[in-house]
Amino acid sequence: MIAAIEPTWYLVLASVLFGIGAFGLLVRRNPLIMFMCIELMLNAANLTFVALAVQLGDINGQTAVFFVLVVAAAEVVVGLGIIVSILRRSPGTTADDLAELKG
Amino acid sequence: MAELVWLIPAFPLFGFLTILVFGRRFGDPFAGWFATAMVFASFIASVGVYSDLLGMNEEDREHIENLYSWVPVGNLQIDLAFLVDPLSITMCLFVTGIGGLIHLYSIGYMHGDDKFSKFFLYLNLFIFSMTLLVLGENLLVTFLGWEGVGTCSYLLIAFWQTRESAATAGKKAFITNRVGDWGVMLAMFLAFSTVGSISYSVLNNNAESGLLSETTATGIAVLLFVGAVGKSAQLPLYIWLPDAMEGPTPVSALIHAATMVTAGVFLMVRINPILTVAADWVLPMIAWIGVITALFAATIALAQTDIKKVLAYSTISQLGYMFLAIGSGAYIAAIFHMVTHAVFKALLFLGSGSVIHGMHDEQDMNKMGKLFKYMPITASTFIVGWLAIAGVPPFSGFWSKDEILLFALGDSVALYVIGIITALLTALYMTRMVIMTFFGEAKWTSFANEDEMPEVSPGEEPVETHGAHGEFKPHESPIIMLIPLVVLAVGGLLAGLIQLPSLWGVPDSAEHQLEDWLHPDVAFGEAEIAGTWADDHVMLLVIIAISAALAGILLGWLIYQRKRVKAWEPTLFANGWYYNWAVSWFMGNPGREGFEDVAIFDSKVIDGAVNGVGVAVREVATTEKKTQSGYLRQYAGIIGIGAVLLLGWFVVVRGIL
Amino acid sequence: MSDATFLEYVVFFSAAVMMLGGAIGVVIFKSPVHAALSLVLTLFGVAVQFVALEAHFLAAVQVIVYAGAIVVLFLFVIMLLGVDESIDLSIEPIPIQRPLAAVMGVGLIGLVAAAVVRARDALVINPGTGLDVAGENAGQDANIKQLAENLYGDHVFAFELTSVLLIVAVVGTVLLTRKWSKADDDSVERFDS
Repeated sequence: MIAAIEPTWYLVLASVLFGIGAFGLLVRRNPLIMFMCIELMLNAANLTFVALAVQLGDINGQTAVFFVLVVAAAEVVVGLGIIVSILRRSPGTTADDLAELKG
Repeated sequence: MAELVWLIPAFPLFGFLTILVFGRRFGDPFAGWFATAMVFASFIASVGVYSDLLGMNEEDREHIENLYSWVPVGNLQIDLAFLVDPLSITMCLFVTGIGGLIHLYSIGYMHGDDKFSKFFLYLNLFIFSMTLLVLGENLLVTFLGWEGVGTCSYLLIAFWQTRESAATAGKKAFITNRVGDWGVMLAMFLAFSTVGSISYSVLNNNAESGLLSETTATGIAVLLFVGAVGKSAQLPLYIWLPDAMEGPTPVSALIHAATMVTAGVFLMVRINPILTVAADWVLPMIAWIGVITALFAATIALAQTDIKKVLAYSTISQLGYMFLAIGSGAYIAAIFHMVTHAVFKALLFLGSGSVIHGMHDEQDMNKMGKLFKYMPITASTFIVGWLAIAGVPPFSGFWSKDEILLFALGDSVALYVIGIITALLTALYMTRMVIMTFFGEAKWTSFANEDEMPEVSPGEEPVETHGAHGEFKPHESPIIMLIPLVVLAVGGLLAGLIQLPSLWGVPDSAEHQLEDWLHPDVAFGEAEIAGTWADDHVMLLVIIAISAALAGILLGWLIYQRKRVKAWEPTLFANGWYYNWAVSWFMGNPGREGFEDVAIFDSKVIDGAVNGVGVAVREVATTEKKTQSGYLRQYAGIIGIGAVLLLGWFVVVRGIL
Repeated sequence: MSDATFLEYVVFFSAAVMMLGGAIGVVIFKSPVHAALSLVLTLFGVAVQFVALEAHFLAAVQVIVYAGAIVVLFLFVIMLLGVDESIDLSIEPIPIQRPLAAVMGVGLIGLVAAAVVRARDALVINPGTGLDVAGENAGQDANIKQLAENLYGDHVFAFELTSVLLIVAVVGTVLLTRKWSKADDDSVERFDS
């Protein structure tokens, strides 16, 4: 039995999640927590995909989620590797300290 | 044969290039013979083309030989082309002919100079440029030749460049010419922007058929006249010519008497249709500038002591006559006088060169005298030239000057009167010159050769020119220098035959031959004097002209030979009416102020604007740099805000996607 | 569109509360460990929503991969590096950042919600085709069957590429975090402190 709640609600919910994730990305300075906010945003996208898959009756939405998941995993691996490298050198680094792009 | 017209400039060019590479190896005198041969070859080519033109009908005597398309840029199509018509061939004939004779003369004159080959290098380059100038089919080819002769003039005036005065004179000539060249360039730009072409055929045809507007014609005519004033040494740009006497005498003869200075006159005659359709004040302006210059220069010549400076001012004066002719519409008379003047002025200069050579580089006439005995051939040919320039019949100068005065009277009585006065002065100062040099008392026994020690050891037979104990005798020049003198003297006697007026006693077939020859070129602009008071009383005018000439000669004889009348040579004349001093003062004081103001304007305003742009950019960049804080989160924030704005635009403004 | 039962609403809202609560927790908590645990809560909420949307397989995968692997990875890093101390949240070096972020967040949410709500009627829903029909026809493992057919049928090439991606990521990270020996060239940047 397909969920009777309209998919629109899920979409709105996903957008709220995305907004919170974006807000957190901008406000937090700890690199690890910033990464977690990115994960929040990815999850919001996944929720959107699945909701639209139900609404449009197309299985491709779920396949997309599959791929997003894989890519997210790979991204986490590489990203955490970088963060580890940076934090290993100086443990208290925040995002504001990595300001070499200053022009 | 007319297609081979390119040979005329090709020979001297070949001579120039060959001497450029092999000159040092040729040496003295082979380089001279080679160069002379090149110029005579060019002369033979000119004769060939001339005879070819003679065979054609009068209307067909215009042939354009297009070598190649020089500047094919959109609307601007300029070809390297030669215009073969009676006018250009006439110029070529006497340029190469007299040029060849002067080359021959120079072999003797420059013998012993260590820059012998270089002299002929420049001379050949000059002949090349001059032929290019007269043969040019459009203003650009002419301008190429124009600049070429200006450059050669500079190189040759400053030939003995270790002499400070020579180097300065060369610079002065070039810079003054440049002022004139500015006029020619502006004329070219004007012609192109209004008519769309700088070819003589197009411009002249437009003028003749009325397609050329009066303002355009006036503009082109005045601007080209500015160029002519510079090149032909009229007021106010004449100051370079007297100083140009610093160059070797053959240079003075060739460039500053016979050929280069006539380029201005040639240009005016070439564009005579444009002059005719220009505004009414253009031709009288040319005539008045010409006649005032003639008078002005004649007064200065009266008081000069350097033999070459007298001839220099005389050249300016005679060029003034030519411009008077142009201004009165007498183009044929101008060309006639140009030809005769070339012959007798070259003769006079070469003769003076012979005198200088015989007097061991002494140029001050006060230190000469009684040279007739020692240089008979030089003196005789010089006398032929003197009579020609004074205007005594049957020598050539009389015929051409009379023709000019005839047309001048047809234009305005004032012009005629000043012309007659100048003719009298001409005769006077030339007589003065001849007497001081060849007759009168010998002043050289005590003065001459002060700085030349006798190269004779005691007991040895003294050489003819050097006496022992500082005494010396002037000597006649070598035959290689005398041949051109004799040839030119014959020309000075006979050149009048090409344009005999219609006088009692002259057969009809011999009349006006030059006029018939040049008729197609000047038909549009030639002034009509048949039926005027002047034309009806030609005989009277002839008598007046002859009397003026004889009066001048008589006066000169009385003053300088007989010492009956006191010589009137005020310092005002001797110092050239202080014109040079005035120019220097102006450039040094008010002129300098102006120049310095312009320089300051350039460095402050223009440089300031350019630098200011850079400074402004830097300031803006320094302010904008503050947005690059390096904070990743701020960048992310701005990206986010951008995304929100974009989204907002789509949702709100455009409605839902 | 049929009415949803009461149970469905309860499920929806409680999952929503879990999600949003966890999300706010990630943003608010000072300690990274607390933030990581909030993230787990969010992920779990998302998994529940997946089940409600009949994406059973994805729900399982979400819990296993995200909550089970990725968050564990986060915690490993936190513990290994010892960065679990609390951070002071009251100071903010960039003055404009918080208002900026607030505007952005509110703007995003508002605009997307508005777009979605307004487009509600524009989207085509085809009853009788798609997931629900297939679900009725296929029986128990309908979702997995459909997903598998789609993945290994239409997108097999992308599937292969993702495996390559994973290998590349792993190799890259190993290289990135490697401790270089002191005998190596000076120009190589050292990651050991």
